[in-house]
Amino acid sequence: MTALPKLIFDLSREGKIGCGLAEADVPAEPVIDSACLRAGIADFPEVSEVEIVRHYMALSRLNYSLDAGFYPLGSCTMKYNPKINEKLAAGDEFQAHPYAPHDLVQGNLEIMARLEEWLVVLTGMAGFTLTPAAGAHGEFTGMLVIRKYLQEKGDARKVVLIPDSAHGTNPASAHFAGYEIREIPSNAQGIIGIEELRAHLKPDVAALMMTNPNTLGIFESNISAIAEALHANGSLLYMDGANLNALLGIVRPGDLGVDVMHINLHKTFATPHGGGGPGSGPVGVASHLLPFLPVPRVRRNQDRFEVVYDDPRSIGRVKNFYGQFLVMVRALAYLLALGRENVRRVAEDAVLNANYIRKKLEGVLDLPYKTPSLHEVVFSDHGLPVKTLDIAKRLLDYGFHPFTIYFPLIVHGAMMIEPTETESKETLDEFIGVMNTILREARENPELLRQAPVQTPVRRLDETLAARKPVLKWRRGENI
Amino acid sequence: MRYLPLTDLEREEMKKTIGISDIKELFSCIPSGKCYPSLADLPPALSEPELIAAFKEMGRKNRFADHLSFLGAGACAHFIPEVVSYLSSRGEFLTPYTPYQPEVSQGSLQAIFEYQTMMTMLTGLDVANASLYDGATAAAEAVLLAVRKSGRSRVLLAASLHPEYAAVIRTYVQNLPIELQTVAINEKDGRVDENDLNSKLDGATAAFVFQSPNFLGIVENSRSLAAATHAREAHAVQVVSEAMSLAYLMPAADCGVDLVVGEAQSFGLSLGFGGPYLGFMTAREEFLRQMPGRLVGQTVDLDGKRGYVLTLSTREQHIKREKATSNICSNEAWCALRAGMYLAVMGKTGLARAARTCHLNAAYFAAAAASLKQIKVVYPENFYNEVLIEVKKGRAGDFLAALKKKGILAGVPMNRFDTAWQNRLLLAFSEVHDRKAIDRLLVAMGECA
Amino acid sequence: MAQENLLFSKDHEWLRVEGDTVVVGVTDYAQHELGDVVYVDLPALGKELKKGDPAANIESVKAVSDVYAPVSGKITEVNKDLNNTPELVNQEPFAGGWIFKIGMTQASELQELMDAKKYEEYLKGIAGE
Repeated sequence: MTALPKLIFDLSREGKIGCGLAEADVPAEPVIDSACLRAGIADFPEVSEVEIVRHYMALSRLNYSLDAGFYPLGSCTMKYNPKINEKLAAGDEFQAHPYAPHDLVQGNLEIMARLEEWLVVLTGMAGFTLTPAAGAHGEFTGMLVIRKYLQEKGDARKVVLIPDSAHGTNPASAHFAGYEIREIPSNAQGIIGIEELRAHLKPDVAALMMTNPNTLGIFESNISAIAEALHANGSLLYMDGANLNALLGIVRPGDLGVDVMHINLHKTFATPHGGGGPGSGPVGVASHLLPFLPVPRVRRNQDRFEVVYDDPRSIGRVKNFYGQFLVMVRALAYLLALGRENVRRVAEDAVLNANYIRKKLEGVLDLPYKTPSLHEVVFSDHGLPVKTLDIAKRLLDYGFHPFTIYFPLIVHGAMMIEPTETESKETLDEFIGVMNTILREARENPELLRQAPVQTPVRRLDETLAARKPVLKWRRGENI
Repeated sequence: MRYLPLTDLEREEMKKTIGISDIKELFSCIPSGKCYPSLADLPPALSEPELIAAFKEMGRKNRFADHLSFLGAGACAHFIPEVVSYLSSRGEFLTPYTPYQPEVSQGSLQAIFEYQTMMTMLTGLDVANASLYDGATAAAEAVLLAVRKSGRSRVLLAASLHPEYAAVIRTYVQNLPIELQTVAINEKDGRVDENDLNSKLDGATAAFVFQSPNFLGIVENSRSLAAATHAREAHAVQVVSEAMSLAYLMPAADCGVDLVVGEAQSFGLSLGFGGPYLGFMTAREEFLRQMPGRLVGQTVDLDGKRGYVLTLSTREQHIKREKATSNICSNEAWCALRAGMYLAVMGKTGLARAARTCHLNAAYFAAAAASLKQIKVVYPENFYNEVLIEVKKGRAGDFLAALKKKGILAGVPMNRFDTAWQNRLLLAFSEVHDRKAIDRLLVAMGECA
Repeated sequence: MAQENLLFSKDHEWLRVEGDTVVVGVTDYAQHELGDVVYVDLPALGKELKKGDPAANIESVKAVSDVYAPVSGKITEVNKDLNNTPELVNQEPFAGGWIFKIGMTQASELQELMDAKKYEEYLKGIAGE
């Protein structure tokens, strides 16, 4: 096993130069009192360019990545990140200051307008804001839109219903939008039952936040009836679009009665995850909610593109500038490459792959919900001689990134598997083979799993210590 | 299609394994009337060469690059060393997921740990998080953090905060029991009016949020502002929209500030037409458990080896749900990693030099501009890299248009933020400018009647 | 595992009565379910609580749990040792891992709690589920 790289601070030596920039060539003196200036940046690294390249190359070798292998994380849609999109996004011609006069950036505004047009066709929503920076940011934005809409109607309500299978960002976003959360349980089929909804539907309910397909990978088949019941109650339907990959070209949320939804460009639309971001979370709304979308919005005016900055009924601004523009460039490139012929194929192959895995593993793992799966399948640890965690760690030894573990919370020892459509049958078969091997190991020699991983650069890091005695930065003289 | 590896033969095999004959059977749960909407409005698929051509055509409609730009106000062009692009574009950094399986994510985790460290070195505060979306949302999160920590509900915002930051803060608190009040600018020096601040601070104030260098480009007296705020036991929050200033000015921590948050786009991120950018947050130790966002911490593994993990996760939404310190999940991790690379490459001397050049360039312009008849430098002292000018004769819009015709973007017109700032322009100077560029600007301004 | 002279709540808090004050902690069952405790968020001194109000919370690496006031009253003391050594909750749940003390306002509420024997039966019932 290779030795771990030193910290950049331990490579630092006085006098080393990483970047050679010339001194200022202007004849000027500072106009700030020298007492207000810093004397230097103590302990800041001084490392040569050569050593910096070596340092980060060494770090890169410690990372598993999607480029390197299968990443079956549930509800994350880890699909292939096309390389041409990186080249296009890096193009000098798209670089511009966000305050550039609009006539100088018509190409960029066109990119945003065209992306919005694609999203409208795919989802059946009337219009989108592209400004939110991530899914959670989109959820927060969507909940603010709902709240403003209801306030304007003189019908301010306090409660949002959220299923017990929901991702944690749902209640968190609703809370920051000023709502109280009321949890609604999933039924034996793993979905929200219409009677259960009606029982929870009081006059104080502003909205239901629903993920569809939900975090069990199951289509919320009561959605139309649910939308009707909500609307009759004066409530709205919010859809968390994290799992949109299962529905592309198959069905449009707007046609099912969804009032507000967010999309994750870094999931369904193939933009790279970057180790945790940047994402982009556009929010789409039905026509009656358009006036409340955040500013700014890009508008096509024949062959010119304009920006609307003020809208008296808008919820306001949720971010600096226009949003995650270079992420939008990648998403549009992805869609243009797919074209109308392949959009539906994405969902079909994603669902086919997930069902193939389900069929092959349902004999050896417990499937808590027998309802059909769409693009992801969730198994439980019921009947296993080891913990879900141990299976996940052993997968690392076989060169696979594990699936999502312990989520959704309603499944004990949950294993959430989403292969996506960009995986080959060979990869799926290999994964299935390895899972069978590991489950056999679990029966015959469980210690192998409990000791796993043994092939990785570090093993079973002490997260308790990290939380009890947080060390969140390097300090001279301390650290290992 | 090149992103869809399954062959028709394989699809048949898999359908057989599953026990279906038509893929439509997998979608039988979808209401039949709504299934398979028309996609006729969408364009046909493009091959890679066609895709490149399509984007080239859109790119031709952009003409920003033809201009010499002095635009700032929250985003600034800086020189980015090539190694930063080279290293950050590696698939091992660009394509992994959030490092929830730390054993195979030590590259990302250590890089972010180094980034967190360097941000604390720059602000002088105890702890930095692993990123927020941008400067505006970082300011909003700081407001929420100060309210949580203090148990108080009034927040004072300096009028010299970036107007878009103030707008985002207002959006964030609109449905929460938090009251915002504005503290005026002293027109004479472009700084916070301390009399107004003192009259508004009271026992219900959770925090005073000010920007330095502020939106007019002026460096505030942070020490005095922090002291006044602390006298009322409120938290002093400094917002920074030009991160390069951190490498030039006295560390905020030395001035008594409790939280320094803002925008770190200047650390190695391209202008990108506004995003993705990089919100940063640094704070004193006492705020740690209330901080939003991810945190990378150091620990050891089973064999005693040093390693890194995401830690103190119980603050976050996936555990605390509606009681979390924030709803943030995906952040700007890759941008933080890239910023860390930039800071490491620039290093102690390079960063200080670039930061100094930004100021000297602005100082050179301001001094020379004094002899221009068309404009007046509103605040000739205490600016960092941005200079606020007033167009003396005629309209600022016409002045800007004339300069644009000469291929120069001479600053951001302030009336886009506040109609009271009719004839003012804000120009930003960076180490990408040299004497020749600034002289060209001065000459062009002199020629615009 | 239950301590003879203590009282217990359904949320796995234990109490030791000391005159008008009760000392409160969580049971061995609770600490085992929680896993390694990394942080205890202690209540403010003087805070007034009704029976059943969340008083403190305990964080492990992957979860947070509320500790509820088993009786009404005012917080008179908190165990500051937990700030530096939260693992005391795991190591000595009934001794060094005590969390806070309440000055009771309604001593009659003690009747609603379980004694050691009833708590043991209660635990057996949970295990059976």
